[in-house]
Amino acid sequence: MAQPFRLSRGGRIDRSRPIVFEFNGKPVHGYQGDTVASALIANGIHLVGRSFKYHRPRGILSHGPDEPSALLSVDRGPGRVDPNNRASVVEARAGLRTASQNHWPSLEYDIGAVNDLLSPVFVAGFYYKTFMWPRKFWDKVYEPFIRAAAGLGKAPVEADPDRYANRHAHCDVLIVGAGPAGLAAALAAAKTGKRVILADEGPEPGGSLLHDPKAEIDGRLASEWLAETLADLDARENVILLPRTTVFGYYNHNHVAMTERVTDHLPSTAGQAPRERLWQVRAGEVVLAGGAHERPLVFADNDRPGILLAESVRVFLNRYGVAPGHRLVVATSGASAYQVALDAKSAGLDVTLVDLRLEADCGPEVARLRGAGVEVLTGHTVVGSKGRKRVSGLIVAPVESSGRCGARRVIACDCVGMSGGWTPAVHLFSQSRGKLRYDDGLDAFVPNVSAQAERSAGAAKGTYDLADCLTEGFAAGAAAAGSSETHTFGASATLTGFQPVRVMPTDADPKKVRAFVDYQNDVTAKDIKLAVREGFQSIEHVKRYTTTGMATDQGKTSNMNALGIVAGQLDKALPAVGTTTFRPPYTPVTFGALVGPARHALFDPIRTTPIHGWAEAQGATFENVALWRRAWYFPKAGEDLHAAVARECKAVREGVGIFDASTLGKIEVVGPDAAEFMNRMYVNPWAKLANGRCRYGLMLKEDGYILDDGVVARVSDECFHVTTTTGGAARVLAHMEDYLQTEWPDLQVFLTSTTEQWAVIALQGPKARQVIAPLVEGIDLSPEAFPHMAMRTGTICGVPTRLFRVSFTGELGFEINVPSDHALAVWEAIFSAGQPHGITPYGTETMHVLRAEKGYIIVGQETDGTVTPDDVGMAGMIAKTKVDFVGKRSLARPDVVATTGRKQLVGLMTEDPKLVLDEGAQIVLDPNQPIPMRMLGHVTSSYWSPNCDRSIALALVADGRALMGKTLHITTPDGFTRATVSEPVFFDTKGERVNA
Amino acid sequence: MLLIACPHCGNRPETEFRCGGQAHIARPEQPGAIDDQNWSEYLFVRKNPRGVHAERWNHVHGCGRWFNALRDTVSDRFIETYPMGASPKSDTTSEARA
Repeated sequence: MAQPFRLSRGGRIDRSRPIVFEFNGKPVHGYQGDTVASALIANGIHLVGRSFKYHRPRGILSHGPDEPSALLSVDRGPGRVDPNNRASVVEARAGLRTASQNHWPSLEYDIGAVNDLLSPVFVAGFYYKTFMWPRKFWDKVYEPFIRAAAGLGKAPVEADPDRYANRHAHCDVLIVGAGPAGLAAALAAAKTGKRVILADEGPEPGGSLLHDPKAEIDGRLASEWLAETLADLDARENVILLPRTTVFGYYNHNHVAMTERVTDHLPSTAGQAPRERLWQVRAGEVVLAGGAHERPLVFADNDRPGILLAESVRVFLNRYGVAPGHRLVVATSGASAYQVALDAKSAGLDVTLVDLRLEADCGPEVARLRGAGVEVLTGHTVVGSKGRKRVSGLIVAPVESSGRCGARRVIACDCVGMSGGWTPAVHLFSQSRGKLRYDDGLDAFVPNVSAQAERSAGAAKGTYDLADCLTEGFAAGAAAAGSSETHTFGASATLTGFQPVRVMPTDADPKKVRAFVDYQNDVTAKDIKLAVREGFQSIEHVKRYTTTGMATDQGKTSNMNALGIVAGQLDKALPAVGTTTFRPPYTPVTFGALVGPARHALFDPIRTTPIHGWAEAQGATFENVALWRRAWYFPKAGEDLHAAVARECKAVREGVGIFDASTLGKIEVVGPDAAEFMNRMYVNPWAKLANGRCRYGLMLKEDGYILDDGVVARVSDECFHVTTTTGGAARVLAHMEDYLQTEWPDLQVFLTSTTEQWAVIALQGPKARQVIAPLVEGIDLSPEAFPHMAMRTGTICGVPTRLFRVSFTGELGFEINVPSDHALAVWEAIFSAGQPHGITPYGTETMHVLRAEKGYIIVGQETDGTVTPDDVGMAGMIAKTKVDFVGKRSLARPDVVATTGRKQLVGLMTEDPKLVLDEGAQIVLDPNQPIPMRMLGHVTSSYWSPNCDRSIALALVADGRALMGKTLHITTPDGFTRATVSEPVFFDTKGERVNA
Repeated sequence: MLLIACPHCGNRPETEFRCGGQAHIARPEQPGAIDDQNWSEYLFVRKNPRGVHAERWNHVHGCGRWFNALRDTVSDRFIETYPMGASPKSDTTSEARA
């Protein structure tokens, strides 16, 4: 169990619980409480990946969510492989299999590293400059090359076997971050009794206190204060404390989204708990206490494994009890890194500190560190590093205030901690649309004007002193809970303050120095400068051109350095350059968490009718219509679609067919003003429609175009049974409700959707009456007593029915409405009774062919939202005497009454009767006209008609009714074909069969 | 996600609602008496203000009722919601323009 870099004591790991996991196939030993990063470091492993563009060896830079380099593939078991996990936030546990990415054949020997030698070629905008011509290279050469080179990890190929949950919550105060400021805020808010949620992305609340064991708060050790505070919060019923929960999105009206990682850290994936839980919280007030991110120093070769952020060195030492190296150089431009050096020294490391600041600009920290026996070089810059797969030395040089460098010196080391100052994590504040302010003293953008009910506290606001963070957090928590209580904390002093530096001064030619700003996207300082020289001035443009800040870490470590470099190149003040936009998510979120339970059957709900199971048992093929799944056709053995539909079409016209029309939309329109309401909503007249009679209703939008159609029966003086298209049911009801509620609230009418209550069995064909005659009671079925377009109530098989004599096939037909619960029984009884008559079940395809043979339109197929009643030859249905109905005024619009140019519904007969046109095919008068041709219209419906024994088509053609008998040319995949314009009725043109 | 106060149900999330565009456009009593110009404006011409906007909203996945709302299109703040047929209590023009 060799962990050569594990300190003999210290840290919050549990040394009694050793664990073993895998990295690149080799065992890594660690303890419960380790992250993958801390365990790797304990084993002396710093080289953990290859960089995105140059394939440079990269190590662990950070201990937290800002990690740009140490991205690993993590395998938690079969089907559970995730790429691009930050080693610094993945909790180490037994059985994990981790692996480095972006190299071939191995991490140690990566062919792609040749890119590093070619780096002068791969400058900013390389793709834009290189992959331009020839045009034909795009598809075959450039795109495959770019796609192969893009991305770091490999996307999983198996379906995710895990379960993800979703929870909505409300609270009075949501606190983001359980560091000192967040904990103090939670204490203050919790005391008021208000409902508090405290969310922290780490496995253990405490933030910086977890790696600051010697700090004191109000006279106690910080660790004691932390334990007491957590116990206090835990005991309160009004507080929900959520560890491993990242607040990633701040949306409108304090709607905050967060992901809780529930089981990834547990040894077994078995059990009922979900992998992650997506929380959507609606908070009364939000306290943002998410801390700050340290900035790297930008110097040549600042990306070698073993070079870490300084505070991260301290975290690894104090929290995890591991030394990132034996010989540490701390390079800094500020005070906080001195604490790192002090802690490293007392942990037994060999330490040197290099400070860019001149001695006179430093504080008492210098004397304190020297007093501890650490060599401190003030007024020194870093001009480079040595080593390749692990840093072996840091090259430093004294620098004058003029920027001139003195003699170089190499300090041998195996670890570097660098600190270029601090950047408050204002991501969530910015997402909330709050306005930032640049603070000169802090060299950072800090929250300024709030747009929502939120406030920031602690390092997220640029407050770095521990006592100040606590005091500020407490006040923020109290205020958020509506209390004015304050508490002034006492705590050990924090070393703060830094000198802003964008690029470390160097004696080398800046054009040849590769000093990385954005580690994950391999963007160097000279790339950014080149972009500005090439004319990119807006920070948003520089970002996209160089890709700085565009990787999965979204530039948490790099943004301020990049902004500063751009400002310097443009010779502008930093606030004049501004920041790029912060967008959700704060850190990457799994697709699983966002999708939650909405997978498979729950992804897109499917509606089925009561007859569905029967159709399945009959071997029907199905199609999706709106949300419904409908029987498409019923193939017999050996039949394809064409053969089955031909047989079904013949059967209906020659015998009898049975069809499930339950998906039709149904609305019950009831009330003393029902007829008046119908008069206003439909073009047709309703007042004189007798009880028990039906009418085909046409509904327009106010702009005069057809919205929907359907048969309407008058059940009684004050009750109409309205049917709508399958897809239009919800739309029509909403349209009716809108007018009823907002324009005519004086009308006494109630609208009720009855789509699901009534199942509809369509029985169509010359023998339909014979089939149902023995089953129906209380209704005289004779043609005289029960004519076409009538509705009767009675019973069928003892079940109450609204029996419609209507037809969408042109044959004698009935649509039998029965309560859904009884529909299957009635269907089966009819099917059984129909056997002697050769009853044939048919599906939607046959329904379409039969109605097209009759020229019956389908709204949404023959119409497209720009079609008027006259366009489809239905002007005659419009009530002549009604003063008004929805859409009437628009039928007098100049463009609607235009005498020429409107597209009209016609039939098309192809010259080759076997040729079935493509629906949507374009129609022209002269195929030899120059391109672009004038399109006359398009084919709206096209089928092989078994009953006409030829192809038939409906089309919308400009001035089509004036073109009867003329030849038009229609596009096909093989060029133009010829067809003759006809009336849009192909079978039983006199319409006699329906009255049989 | 916006939080919208339905006058009948109280605060509910935006996903329960459908926005119906500009409010307080009454359908003419006698459309037939309106000339083409005015009819086209009634049909198609809508305000798109930067600031306070009176809108129709329908609590479609709730009580199903239509109501009106004053919303600031810049801040997305709902200043007031009120039933159909009522007038807003607030000034419809003065919200601060961020």
